[in-house]
Amino acid sequence: MALLSVNDLSISFGGLKAVSDFNLKLQKNDLAGLIGPNGAGKTTVFNMLTGVYLPSAGDIQLDGKSLVGLKPYQINHRGVARTFQNIRLFSDLTVIDNLKIAYHSHAKYGLFGAICRLPGFYSGEKEMHEKSMELLKIFKLDHKYGELAKNLPYGEQRRLEIARAMATQPRLLLLDEPAAGMNPQETHELMGLIRWIREEFDLTILLIEHDMSLVMGVCENIFVLDYGQIIAVGTPDEIRNNRRVIEAYLGEEAS
Amino acid sequence: MMSMFERKIKKQIGILLILAAFWGVIDFMIKGGIINPYYELNLILIGINIILAVSLNLINGFNGQFSIGHAGFMAVGAYGAAMITLKAHLPFAIALLFGALLAGICGILVGLPTLRLRGDYLAIATLGFGEIIRGLIVNIDYIGGAYGLSGIPKLANWTWIFWLTVLTVLVISNFVNSTHGRATISIRENEIAAEAMGINTTKYKVMAFTIGSLFAGLAGGLHAHYFYTIQPNTFNFLKSFDILVMVVLGGQGSITGSIIAAIALTILSASLQKLAALRLVIYALLLIVVMLFRPQGLMGTKEFSFSMFSKKSKDKEGKQHGTAIGQ
Repeated sequence: MALLSVNDLSISFGGLKAVSDFNLKLQKNDLAGLIGPNGAGKTTVFNMLTGVYLPSAGDIQLDGKSLVGLKPYQINHRGVARTFQNIRLFSDLTVIDNLKIAYHSHAKYGLFGAICRLPGFYSGEKEMHEKSMELLKIFKLDHKYGELAKNLPYGEQRRLEIARAMATQPRLLLLDEPAAGMNPQETHELMGLIRWIREEFDLTILLIEHDMSLVMGVCENIFVLDYGQIIAVGTPDEIRNNRRVIEAYLGEEAS
Repeated sequence: MMSMFERKIKKQIGILLILAAFWGVIDFMIKGGIINPYYELNLILIGINIILAVSLNLINGFNGQFSIGHAGFMAVGAYGAAMITLKAHLPFAIALLFGALLAGICGILVGLPTLRLRGDYLAIATLGFGEIIRGLIVNIDYIGGAYGLSGIPKLANWTWIFWLTVLTVLVISNFVNSTHGRATISIRENEIAAEAMGINTTKYKVMAFTIGSLFAGLAGGLHAHYFYTIQPNTFNFLKSFDILVMVVLGGQGSITGSIIAAIALTILSASLQKLAALRLVIYALLLIVVMLFRPQGLMGTKEFSFSMFSKKSKDKEGKQHGTAIGQ
């Protein structure tokens, strides 16, 4: 059974149909890309998948259970985590606090234990600290754990956002333009990192990206969106040679 | 793991001993007449103001929800507690607990609908709540109406107020320096991201608002049982603004900042009492100067701690939300 299956998903804002009859299936451990020109509705799809927008029609199922109507935090508890196109870190907090906040739903002590400082509080905090440090190590941010998130360079902020999403221990990771603002070297490293976390955490990943080297380099399956509708689905090679895609999006550059 | 716990316990006992010594010395001086009633009154006011400022800081500073109805919750606590000792003749501790819980329940009732609002809208809604409470009290003759309640037994004293102030600071700082506190702070930082990272933002907003209201109610109960008499006008919006000023001046998101500001402003307004009309001018000027030169407040979001001086760069982790208080 597919891990994520989206059926005929649509949403309108007033009279504008931003996304219509969007269909998508992701098997466990897939690494897929969602591309399309600006304004095609890619982020809108992400916002519906994560509960920010309520779709006007259609269904979203994760492991056979519908996500429609759930609040964003509930969808996160079901195992969906995301990053944002415009970075949304807790910028006045430290790097490690950003991760600890994401670990919150897995915290091992309650409100009473925290206020009374029961032994469980200290062991719970220690565990959260260690887990956060482990994750920071993977994302090569461990030496900056005490820095404020806003003081990190742009590429590191992007990495931190992915690390933070990973701290919620998701099954499905949605990355909204993870390489935006990165230089070619950083993008290359990011590709390796995305592949690596998928294997290491047995993760399913769907990513939006404008950087074609990244999309073509890591994605096994690509969905192309234009004017709110899927116009093509296929492997990078198929997409590269698809006439409709070239017309809609890639233009002469790819042909 | 256990040794860390034991070390923390030892540190806590140390802090407790220092606090007990401070309480004992002041208590001895009050009883021996070394501290005259005027200074005692100001010590009491400082304690009550610390409770009010720290609890409002949880809502405004840490959770980032701009509330200016804190005096309303204080009024609920004051009247609630006074009812228990005046009409039901129950012990003081029960009265304080009742007043605080009543204010906490009001916090939930007010918080649930209004915390959907943001920024200035929330401010207006909470301001409205404070005035509604005052209006209700004025119109209920059973609790004294516009004349207020008098003859409340003077049960609050230095001991009660000192230890309850300590308790307030301890509970709120323990809350803030935990995963629940981080969840609360994440809402201030970025609500959309917090929600996407699995934080039930409504729950934590209402929780912070409720805990804040609860302690405002506690302060109200102490106030009522120290000053014998309470009037609805004591808890008008100017009182809310007084508390807000302490929070903003001390730094929104700094518990020690609120404590310092509560102490400083209480002393300042007491010492300016003789100047009468000029008092408000000086008070306002001071605020303007602080806001011009330190818009983030005296402490910003940092906490004052003695380790700030000894190992400045070593302990980066506790930098943001210092672990100095009560741990």
